[in-house]
Amino acid sequence: MVGTMPDVQPLVDEFITKLNRRQVEGSLDTAKLALVLLRQVISAQRIPPNSPANTLIEAIKSVGVRMIAANPIELAVGNIVRRVLHIIREEDASLATTVVTGVTTAVDSDDEDNLDIREQASSHAVAAANRSVLRAPSLHNLLESMPNPIRADVTVASTGDSDARSRSGDKNSRSWKLKHNVIESINELLVELQDYHSQVAEQALEHIHQNEVILTLGRSRTLLHFLLGAKKKRSFQVVVAEGSPRFQGHKLAKELTAEKLSTTLITDSAVFAMISRVNMVIVGAHAVMANGGVLAPVGLHMVALAARRHAVPFVVLTGLHKLCPLYPHNPYSLLNDMKSPSEVLDFGEFSDCLNGATGGPQCHVFNPTFDYIPPELVSLFITDTGGHNPSYVYRLVAEFYSPEDIVLQ
Amino acid sequence: MERRGRAVIDPKVRQVGFVTPGEGTDLINLAIPLEQGANSPSPVLIPPVRINDGASVAPAKAAPMPVPSPTSRRHPTVDVNLPLVGLDEKAKEGKTKSLKERTSKAERRAAQEAQRAAKKAAEESGGSKPTKGDVGGTGASQKDSKASKGTHQKTNSAERRTSSSGKPADKGQEKEKKKDVPAPRMQFDDAERVAKAKKRSLVEQTETKNRVELFRHLPQFVHGTQLPSLESKFFQDESMHPHPAIYKVGLQYLTGDLVGGNARCVAMLMAFREMIQDYSTPPEKIFVRDLTQKINSHVSFLNTCRPLAISMGNAIKFLKTRVVNLAEELSEAEAKASLIAEIDRFIQEKILYADKEIVKHAVQKIRDGDVCLTYGSSCVVEMILLKAHEMGKKFRVVVVDSRPKLEGKRLLKRLLSEGLDCTYTYINAMSYIMQEVTRVFLGAASVLANGTVYSRVGTASVAMVAHAFSVPVMICCETYKFHERVQLDSITANELGNPDALVKVWGRRDLTDLEGWSPEDKHLQLLNLTYDATPSDYVAMVITELGMVPPSSVPVILREYRRELPG
Repeated sequence: MVGTMPDVQPLVDEFITKLNRRQVEGSLDTAKLALVLLRQVISAQRIPPNSPANTLIEAIKSVGVRMIAANPIELAVGNIVRRVLHIIREEDASLATTVVTGVTTAVDSDDEDNLDIREQASSHAVAAANRSVLRAPSLHNLLESMPNPIRADVTVASTGDSDARSRSGDKNSRSWKLKHNVIESINELLVELQDYHSQVAEQALEHIHQNEVILTLGRSRTLLHFLLGAKKKRSFQVVVAEGSPRFQGHKLAKELTAEKLSTTLITDSAVFAMISRVNMVIVGAHAVMANGGVLAPVGLHMVALAARRHAVPFVVLTGLHKLCPLYPHNPYSLLNDMKSPSEVLDFGEFSDCLNGATGGPQCHVFNPTFDYIPPELVSLFITDTGGHNPSYVYRLVAEFYSPEDIVLQ
Repeated sequence: MERRGRAVIDPKVRQVGFVTPGEGTDLINLAIPLEQGANSPSPVLIPPVRINDGASVAPAKAAPMPVPSPTSRRHPTVDVNLPLVGLDEKAKEGKTKSLKERTSKAERRAAQEAQRAAKKAAEESGGSKPTKGDVGGTGASQKDSKASKGTHQKTNSAERRTSSSGKPADKGQEKEKKKDVPAPRMQFDDAERVAKAKKRSLVEQTETKNRVELFRHLPQFVHGTQLPSLESKFFQDESMHPHPAIYKVGLQYLTGDLVGGNARCVAMLMAFREMIQDYSTPPEKIFVRDLTQKINSHVSFLNTCRPLAISMGNAIKFLKTRVVNLAEELSEAEAKASLIAEIDRFIQEKILYADKEIVKHAVQKIRDGDVCLTYGSSCVVEMILLKAHEMGKKFRVVVVDSRPKLEGKRLLKRLLSEGLDCTYTYINAMSYIMQEVTRVFLGAASVLANGTVYSRVGTASVAMVAHAFSVPVMICCETYKFHERVQLDSITANELGNPDALVKVWGRRDLTDLEGWSPEDKHLQLLNLTYDATPSDYVAMVITELGMVPPSSVPVILREYRRELPG
């Protein structure tokens, strides 16, 4: 257990409290805050010269486990933690190979700057190769997955006792480089998250055409941007189902009307009635699981079934921060958030029946927040990196997450 | 499929459309189309048909005839199959059709005369030409057919044998067939007819400025504007104002105090009972005609308060048939007494007794350990659950509810007060709850002739999710609610409720997004549907008082058992 630097500790605690109290809303905001926090943890972390990657990994893991435990419903937190861990491993692997190539190629040059530059030049090529090695857990890799980074160290050790000075210099710069690269990658990721809405909205014109009718349920900010992106060039109509018991659909309808999109608000029960006249169903998601299944606001499973019945495409807008490498076992119970029954049933009339002690007939009230939509019902995922089939999701997972990080103890 | 009877269809000669057979129109031949028509999987043993007028019968011989031959069972003189919404609509459509007819009738008649002359001269029986003309002219209305039938009666006998004589019999047959097809409902995007209806109506309603385009064919009125004009009209025009009992019932519909197919129908019938009781024929008027007119005006009044339910429509049809079929020699008092007795009998047999039978059938389907799901609040389903509980069965109930009516709460209260353990949730959470459900019982406003269940909005979603989780769906519906029309989706026929009901969420003051919505809002439309159509493949069985039948048997029940009732 590596201790984090004291000045980062209060920040971590503050974020965890926020998560506990559910003060952060929405997976995008949660993801951004988590990422910023992890970046600070990394920059504050003092790294010993040997095995810098493992130190970082341990640090991130310890913080990450606490963050996930604070709000297990918000899967974006776990996704970001795993993403960062993957970045660390990646950068470490690419650096290890560059050090190897750097030492072998620059035998005659004493100039450290030259060494660095040549390292840089070849590092990109090697890093690319390394990333492909890391990405696909192919049979080739499985047999020798662990020794890879260690091998690099060993080779370095074996090649050079030319100068102890240069070796320690390498190592120091290597740990510094690792940190630097990791923070750069995190910054890139942060930029991706910032641009997420606009990236998705750019694809809107390909999918929404003139005079189409789009159906949605509840509210999703990504969807709002998507529709507004399409509205610039095309005119279409939107049917919004209100999405009880949170009634976010009301808000979405108001926002769309403010932008002069013709909107019709219906109740959730009328979805089957209206869907025969709808061209496409577009919704946002809470999370996308490793099998392509979607955790979405409650009621969307019904919409997905109705869409399949009427052969209407069911499109899910998602971002890579919502992509979770976990497999949904029993999603209705384990990945669900049960909210207070008072949103569904007023306590006043039925209070005797809701109390088990009275001995009378019992009334149970369910108010789940999420629905699980199996991948067969989803036609397309639109992410900031383009459109994907549900069957492609496993490849995305393999690209952005390492298998060692799936279970964080 | 074996064929009784001796007529064999020659496979080479395919006669499509309404064609008479070359020979004889006897009983045996009639049995064939009946059997062919009864392709439905449930073979109901059909009582032999009563033929009043053998000459006017022309059963179709072509095998794939979808509409079976109904003709002979009907009294040829009386137009029994009255449209749902009063005679006004029928008169109107007759008028518009006759307008069309006047232009082409003359030339059509000339053409027919020419053809008949040619046929007479040639004496052929290759009747393809005139029959084609008939098929083309099938689109023509009943007026045309009636008129042509009249003129052709003279030349009938000799030509009856040849297929060209198919025409008068065809026309008669077409007319009868047209009676079977339910009269087209009033479509509100037809401006002329709407204007005509408005003139007759007792109540003024202001149309919403902001109509949902998809539903232009349905009336969309601003709710709440009916009441003031109703009250003022009530005291004005003596001859027009409705009977107080009917007025009361109308108000109850308007405010939503009375909901549910059975409840509305019974209330309406009791009100009519009172009206008939208090009715006395004005001088110089005939009892039957005047009473029918009064009934029509009251029906249109109720219609403007709230569009008629299908159960109510069927009951009105029944009542009017009874009025028309009153024997001539009855005195007014006797006639009234007989009508009142008929109404009582209808309520007893078709509603109360039918409900008891349905409950008896349905409780057999509930076993110990079952989890029964129901949607909204159906009186029949409530009776079933209570009876099963009374019988001591151990089961749980799940009540699924939805906005904006939240009718499930009433059912929940009643069930809890009787001691049943219940679960309550919104329709969104259905996928969550459906995993533990073993049976679904749903009520219906009506079951249509193609097996579609027309019921409270949301029923289709419940049936769909149940089907996805392989849970059997059982619809509990009395046969008097069945209707001959067909519907493929929920948009062609529906009822639009008050859009303001969507704005306010009861008990949630924090939801103010839609405050300040007005009907003039150009971009936002609120749609409050009342009914929806559940496709028949989601339904496992329909429980009626005649037994538990698959949804494909509904047209058979309509044909066989409902025809006998009015006649």
